[in-house]
Amino acid sequence: MSDILPMPARKPLLEVRNLVTEFPLRTGVFRAVNDLSFSIDAGRTLCVVGESGSGKSVTARSILQIVDAPGRIASGSIMLNTADGLSVDLAKLHPRSKAIRAVRGRDIAMIFQEPMSSLSPVHTVGDQITEALRLHMKMTKAEARAEAINLLRQVEIPNPEQAIDRYAFQYSGGMRQRAMIAMALACKPKLLIADEPTTALDVTTQAEILDLIARLQKQTGMAVLFITHDMGVVAQIADDVLVMHHGVAREYGPVEQIFHAPQDDYTKMLIGSVLKLEQKAEIRLARAPLDRTAQPILEVRNLSQHFGSLKALDDVSISLLPGETLGIVGESGSGKTTMGRAIMRLYDPTAGEMLYRKADGGVVDLARIEGAALKEARRELRMVFQDPFGSLNPRMTVAQVIGEPLLVNGIARGKELDDRVSHLMEQVGLDPRGRERYPHAFSGGQRQRIGIARAITLNPRIIVADEATSALDVSVRFQVLDLLMKLQDELGLAYIFISHDIGVIRYMCGRVGVMYRGKIVEVGDADKVCNAPDHPYTQALLSAIPRPDPRDRDRSRRFRYTEPTPVRNGSSAR
Amino acid sequence: MLKFITKRLLWMIPSLFAVSFLAFVLIQLPPGDYVTTYIATLAASNEIIDQNTAASLRERFGLGDPMLVQYFKWIWGIATRGDFGISFEWQQPVSGLIWERMALTLVLAIASLLATWAIALPIGVYSAVRKYSIGDYAFTIFSFFGLSVPSFLLALVLMYVAAVEFGQDVGGLFSHEFEAAPWSIAKMLDLLAHLWLPVIILAVSSTASLIRVMRANMLDELPKPYVTTARAKGLSEFRLLTKYPMRIALNPFISTIAWLLPNLISGSVVVAIVLNLPTAAPLLLQSLMAQDMYLAGAFVLLICALTLIGSLISDILLALVDPRIRLE
Repeated sequence: MSDILPMPARKPLLEVRNLVTEFPLRTGVFRAVNDLSFSIDAGRTLCVVGESGSGKSVTARSILQIVDAPGRIASGSIMLNTADGLSVDLAKLHPRSKAIRAVRGRDIAMIFQEPMSSLSPVHTVGDQITEALRLHMKMTKAEARAEAINLLRQVEIPNPEQAIDRYAFQYSGGMRQRAMIAMALACKPKLLIADEPTTALDVTTQAEILDLIARLQKQTGMAVLFITHDMGVVAQIADDVLVMHHGVAREYGPVEQIFHAPQDDYTKMLIGSVLKLEQKAEIRLARAPLDRTAQPILEVRNLSQHFGSLKALDDVSISLLPGETLGIVGESGSGKTTMGRAIMRLYDPTAGEMLYRKADGGVVDLARIEGAALKEARRELRMVFQDPFGSLNPRMTVAQVIGEPLLVNGIARGKELDDRVSHLMEQVGLDPRGRERYPHAFSGGQRQRIGIARAITLNPRIIVADEATSALDVSVRFQVLDLLMKLQDELGLAYIFISHDIGVIRYMCGRVGVMYRGKIVEVGDADKVCNAPDHPYTQALLSAIPRPDPRDRDRSRRFRYTEPTPVRNGSSAR
Repeated sequence: MLKFITKRLLWMIPSLFAVSFLAFVLIQLPPGDYVTTYIATLAASNEIIDQNTAASLRERFGLGDPMLVQYFKWIWGIATRGDFGISFEWQQPVSGLIWERMALTLVLAIASLLATWAIALPIGVYSAVRKYSIGDYAFTIFSFFGLSVPSFLLALVLMYVAAVEFGQDVGGLFSHEFEAAPWSIAKMLDLLAHLWLPVIILAVSSTASLIRVMRANMLDELPKPYVTTARAKGLSEFRLLTKYPMRIALNPFISTIAWLLPNLISGSVVVAIVLNLPTAAPLLLQSLMAQDMYLAGAFVLLICALTLIGSLISDILLALVDPRIRLE
């Protein structure tokens, strides 16, 4: 009697082998995912990390066979092994088959990056949750509704009985993502695929959503496939990590090994780029200290900007020294973008003054001047925008984009204009031979360089950079930040650098102002504010930033700032 | 919401006055009046009317008064007694003339509208979902054909084919024996037998443009993330299409109700004339040409009122179906 049977090795929940996903193009075939293999065990978290275009989202969508047309799985297998011993190869199923539809939402559920656009604008949240319950669990309407309320309560949505009948646009950003999670977890899936679920959220909200996913994972024992570009998030939540680049796996292993003994150069670069943000830039270390006694080039005094009943800026005062980089940090809705635009005088301020000291020493109030004086001042104040795609006119060549300020102000034309554009392009590290091409021919980082070249065309003295590097991949982000600092040294620029990312501020800025609900709650040296802040809001903000070290996962020190005195019932902080 | 509707309804009153006045003036603007036209018509058949008769006719019709007085007499009659005046040409009360024709106009318009939507919406959705397929190209060719062929030409061709090839009785909405007969089952069936031809003709041109609009709306909605979300939930392709993108792509159609109602009267004039349909449009045209101003004025007033009511209805409907408008 052979009672010592070899224990069958437990199969992993999901096993991907040699997956290839292709997109047929006019000129051939683009392999978005190329020979990828990995597996996930029940109850574990696998982070797939990579920059844009790495194929991480396509990988996630391949598992559910919801790759956007015309993409398709060319070869490989995706084995789903459930506890009852059944195995099914998802890659072999037709994308419209009943079999794959039974897996979607029931065995494997997915949440997405943009919770607003991922929920239907004209259906209630409850409608969209009960739908999955009725489809897969065959519940009646009443049962599904009760269960949906239960789910909303689980994801900590206040007043779930009322919230179930609301629409996505009536929720705040964090609440929307909670509703998405409730929807995904409705049928108790064995695997949750989360495609950049916190990228569109503020850090404090991100921390709460990550906690929520971790707690639900512990409760239900589901596996999580978490897709992100943020190494900090990876360090906090991953059991295993898969690093992707251009559709191939660069490194795959336990999180500890990836962070503390990375083998691959690309992995090292990704980790290095996060660690770089832990301190200030090398360029800045080499600089002579700033003359703190100089007359400020810009002095904002008691500036207020109201839009109806919304106080976007509420009695803000801050000053900028010549050659200084002043950071403005805050979460969405804090008024930091309004601040940048107000300084450019894109609005007429409700109250306050903005005293600008011109090169000849004369002082003008940017809040008051009009006409020719404003036009003259605007030549010396320029702006760099967040979105490198939306901020360049797609029908203008790069030479036209960069040269436009010169042409409009009647400074240069013809051959001289051409020479100046070429010189500007060289200054920002672009090949001038590309000047007759259109913006779509350039990558995100190159486009941002074009935007910078346009900003420095008129030899400005102040540049307002609004989230100038937020849309860029980490590998490109530092090139742009370093370029900005190089130009600062060459041209003697003063920067107002607006960002939600404390790391970027710490790297880039000498001084920083922290904004919260239209007010500046703290101003000081970046070293001090970014490492040992005084104000409890800044402390809360810092505590929520995921630390890029898997050994440092203490969630207990994290807290959310609540205002001491409850102010009037305004719009919820989004 | 209630406040909004009340406000809109109150605003309608001055708008109607303004438009009715403007219409009245415009109808009077061409030189001469109904009596001149009348005399000219009679002169064409060699009947001469002397000055005295003309003057007494003017007296009887109240055409001798200044225009303002005429207008106020007319509008006062409408506001107090619902009396739209007498049609010079028909020698009948205007309201009777209009309502008689409006019923059939309504039947025809609603029938062709339903036909248009029933054909165009599914095709538009299909064309979007199967973009650049053979079916999409076939429907695209069909819709550009429908857009570019003038509907009166289509009417003539179809009339010819129906009459000559199939021996059908075409033109009008009734056979001769039913024209004056009271309503009965047989008359209803006769109406249905005549209705299909104008419905097809009217539907073809509007179907064509509607297909293109629906296709474009769907193409806008299909790549949206909420569609992928629904797919990831395990919904069947048909269910998710009808529940999500189609529902949102239909919203722009609700706005079209605003100009649907006035089109009841003024739309499809040429087709109605070609097919000899007893609808409102030919009567409107005739009254304008004859300077039969109370009849024409009543029509213009009606068109204006329908425009205002139409846009109010479409705004209310839009708010009902789109929570973003209702709640934000």
